[in-house]
Order: sequence, then C-alpha cells, then structure tokens
Amino acid sequence: MIEKIIVNIGLESDIVTARQQGKKLAKHLDFSSSELTTIATAISELARNIVDYAGGGEIILKLIQQNGKQGIAIVARDNGPGIKDLELAMQDGYSTGKGLGLGLPGTKRLMDDFEIFSEIGKGTTIIVKKWRKQNAC
Amino acid sequence: MGNDGFLASKDIKSDFLQELVDHFRDNRETLRQQWLKETTAKGLLANLTPEEIKTESITIYDTCVGCLETGKYDAAEVYANMLAERGVLRGMTTEQIIGNFLTLRDIYGRSLFQRYQHDFNRLSTALDIYEPVANTILSIVALAFIKERERVVRLQQEAIRELSTPVLQLREGLLMLPIIRVLDTYRARQLTEQLLHAIRAHRAKVVVMDITGVPSVDSKVANHLVQTVEASRLLGATVVATGISPEIAQTLVTLGVDLSRLNTVGDLQGGIEKAERLLGYEGFKE
Amino acid sequence: MKVPILKQGDYLIASVQSVLTDLDLKQLHDDLVEKVGRFRSRGVIVDVTALDVMDSFAARMLRTIAHITKLRGAETVVVGIQPDVAFSMVQLGLMLDDVTTALDLEEGLAYLKQLVKGNSTKDD
Repeated sequence: MIEKIIVNIGLESDIVTARQQGKKLAKHLDFSSSELTTIATAISELARNIVDYAGGGEIILKLIQQNGKQGIAIVARDNGPGIKDLELAMQDGYSTGKGLGLGLPGTKRLMDDFEIFSEIGKGTTIIVKKWRKQNAC
Repeated sequence: MGNDGFLASKDIKSDFLQELVDHFRDNRETLRQQWLKETTAKGLLANLTPEEIKTESITIYDTCVGCLETGKYDAAEVYANMLAERGVLRGMTTEQIIGNFLTLRDIYGRSLFQRYQHDFNRLSTALDIYEPVANTILSIVALAFIKERERVVRLQQEAIRELSTPVLQLREGLLMLPIIRVLDTYRARQLTEQLLHAIRAHRAKVVVMDITGVPSVDSKVANHLVQTVEASRLLGATVVATGISPEIAQTLVTLGVDLSRLNTVGDLQGGIEKAERLLGYEGFKE
Repeated sequence: MKVPILKQGDYLIASVQSVLTDLDLKQLHDDLVEKVGRFRSRGVIVDVTALDVMDSFAARMLRTIAHITKLRGAETVVVGIQPDVAFSMVQLGLMLDDVTTALDLEEGLAYLKQLVKGNSTKDD
C-alpha cells in the first residue's frame, strides 16, 4: 500500500494544497485526529520554508513501512540557496524570514524522525516521518 | 537400546525418515479421520464449523508431516501464529488446543506402533525421530496461543489504563485531572488529548491537574505537562497544578521548566479552592 | 477564501473559514485594522473554529492582529481553537502568550463585555 503524492510548491496557496493532501494520505493509516493535525501542521511549516526561503520546490508525501511499523514520510526538497548554519537554523527563535523562527525546530518536535541535508547554492532536503503508535506497554 | 547397528549412517537415517514421511502421507485420510473422531468425542472441536474442521485439520496434518520431512518449523510457526491471529485459537480453551495436538501426537505415535510392532529396533528409531518433532510442534502451538493471549491482555490493560486517567467534572466549568502512576510519553500524549477534548465538551474554564500520584518525571514528561497547560490556555481554560512534590519541583527547575508558567498550589484542596475563586471572578485574568 | 467580518455593536466578529491562505490572513489583518478604526470598535473576536491547521505564519498574523488592534483601542480575543489544533500549536512552540483566548464565540463575547464594563466603571 505504498502511495506517493508529489505537490509542487511555488506559491503561498500551494501550502494549503500540500497539507490537505498530506492529511488525506495520512488518513489511510489510522492516526488519531490530533496526530493528523500534527502531520498537517508539520507539512505546512515545511512548505512555508520552501516558499519563504527557496522560492520553489516540492513536497513528496508517502506511506512507509519499517519493522512492522507504518507511518508517513514527508520529503521537502528545494533548489534554493541552502542553509548556511544548520545548527543555528535548528534553534528556537532563529529566523531570517517572516515566521516566528519556530519552523524547523518546531517541525522536529511535531514529528518522530527528522533529517536535514543542505548544501550552499544547491538546496535543502528535509525528511520527516511520523509513525503510527503501536499499543506499546 | 540397541539401534546402533540400524542407524549406522546418515543415509540410512534419512532413508528411514523418508519411510516415515511416506507412511504418514499414505495414511493421511485414515489417520486424520481417526483424529477428528477422537477429538470430537472428547468435545475438543466444539467451537468450530465442520468446514473449518476439515480445512484446518488437513493443513495441520500436512504441516506436521512437512516439519518431520524437512526438519524446519517455519511453516508450523507461521501457521500457528496465523491461527492465533485469526482468532481461531482465541475461541478455544487452552485445554482444547493442547488436547487437539496431544491427540494428533497419539495418533501418529500409535500408527507407528502398529506399523513397526514386530520390529523393535525400527520402532525405537522411528520414535526417536518422531518424538522430538512432535514435541517441538506442540510447544510452537502453545507459544503462539500464549502470545495471542498476552496480546489480548495487553489490549485490555491499555483499555484499563485509559479508564484509569479520568477527567472528572467537579462542577460547572471545573474539571479535575488526577494523574496517577508514572507517565510515559505515549500515555502523557493520550492524557493531553483527552483533557483538551473534555475542556471543549464540558466548556470548562478551570482545570485542576493533580500530580500527587506521580512519583517522578523526566524532561519529556515535564515538557508534556507544560504543553498541556499551554494548550488548555489556548482553549480558554486555566490549569491549576497541585501536588507537585519537592522532588518533582526540583526536577522541573533543573530541566529548565519555567515554573512561573505553571499555576501551582500545594495540595489538591487548595487547588480546588483556587479554581473556585478563579471561576467566581468569572474572568480570564490570571 | 476571504474572511467575512460582522459588526455587532461595539464588536467586530471575524469568522475564519477552513481553508485559509496566507493572502486571506493578510487581507483579514488589513480589513480588521481598517474596520476597528472606522467603527471605533472596542473588541474584536477572531473565530477559528473551522480552522484545522494553525501554523507559525497564521499564529504570527493572529498575534499581529491582536497587537495592532490593541494599539487602536480594541481588545482581540481568539476563540474556537480546536483541541487537536491547540496541541499541535504548543508542540510547534506557538504559545500565543500575549493573545487572549476563549473557548467559543459566546465565551469570547462574555469576556469582552466584562472587560468593557470594567473599563467604563473605572471611568465613572
């Protein structure tokens, strides 16, 4: 049941499209309603980063499986200027744009897994994952 | 006993193994029917439909013979787990499950006695080969059954755990959330969700969160408590935290949690009094 | 989708729809600032009941609206934040510390009425 959706991000209105698509896809796994909101919020932040800092890129949404766990992966990819200081960008309150400077660290808090790759002049790729919670003890 | 001469080499052993496998295959219908007759007589198949009995018994029979032939138990494990998951085993008692397989074991065993009754060496070797296989299969089935039971118990524990963190309405606009036992992050998240939905459903303005029953917190849980307070505020409700032990207070400070963001009162009674005062003001001022 | 703004007595009520783009938010900001001045409103309620996601930009705009309307003499109350949305907001780190929040429209109006009453008795 591996499904994949690609949303091109160029305009601010694409942010809404991306999070709606993401929520729809995530509904295939029975995430709780609050987890669905969490996922949609994270997508919104990632898409916003692309619009604000790179001018354009794409969000790839897919359902994933690993060690019997199911989840959703969100890949945010752009060919923008890249991030100079990753450590700084991951700090709360740091922003060079118009948000609250919570975008990246906040997104990390929202999701289970967070990976970021960035190269100056080439672009940034962020991969986040949310796993469906097992009934663990 | 004296089967050294007979089992001189591996080849002979594998030849003999093949002979046993052929024996069980050739007599499949007879032995299977006998098995079903005995288990039915013992009332071990009570919960199954005739169709289930037929297909399951054929598969079980063949799987067991397959284990004997290959010496591998993967198929038996997969099948046993599948049976358990499908709930076929769940509807049956432990006695029925074990009884069924013990009966099958006896049937296989007796057929060997019958076949080799005049050749003691062969009989003894046949049992040497057959018995470990039968025992392994039996333990695989028992384990699958127990694992399934444990899974069900875990689910029930989960349900009880949810029940054990009730959100109580003390009076109009006032909720109480007694948190008992150690919080793990999964449960903490559940708790927050429950509380936030309860605030909305009861139109609560004040929540007394009592953590007297929590022995310790780690940074994740501490953050969660703060997040719960903040999220409640976003819904227009004030949280009064009570029962924070000196140890937990110390932990919170060490972890860098801003205690001024928490509306704290020493004990539960004081907390409820404070909550009622807040409600009395009819206000949102902190 | 443009956010409709209702004038009710001393108050303005803006009901946010489910799909809210950045542009809609900026428009809402401009509209509210303009209307607060024109109607000399004492309070503003932004009802976000229908909103299913609040990201950092939306939160920032709500904060800005609250600050600017305050400078123009009106208190802003954000009402109707859904439980799931509230939870995601705090995880993201959006506490909206300096913005007043209330459960729903009714509670928001009750709060504003009390505030206005409180202010006017002080004036007497």
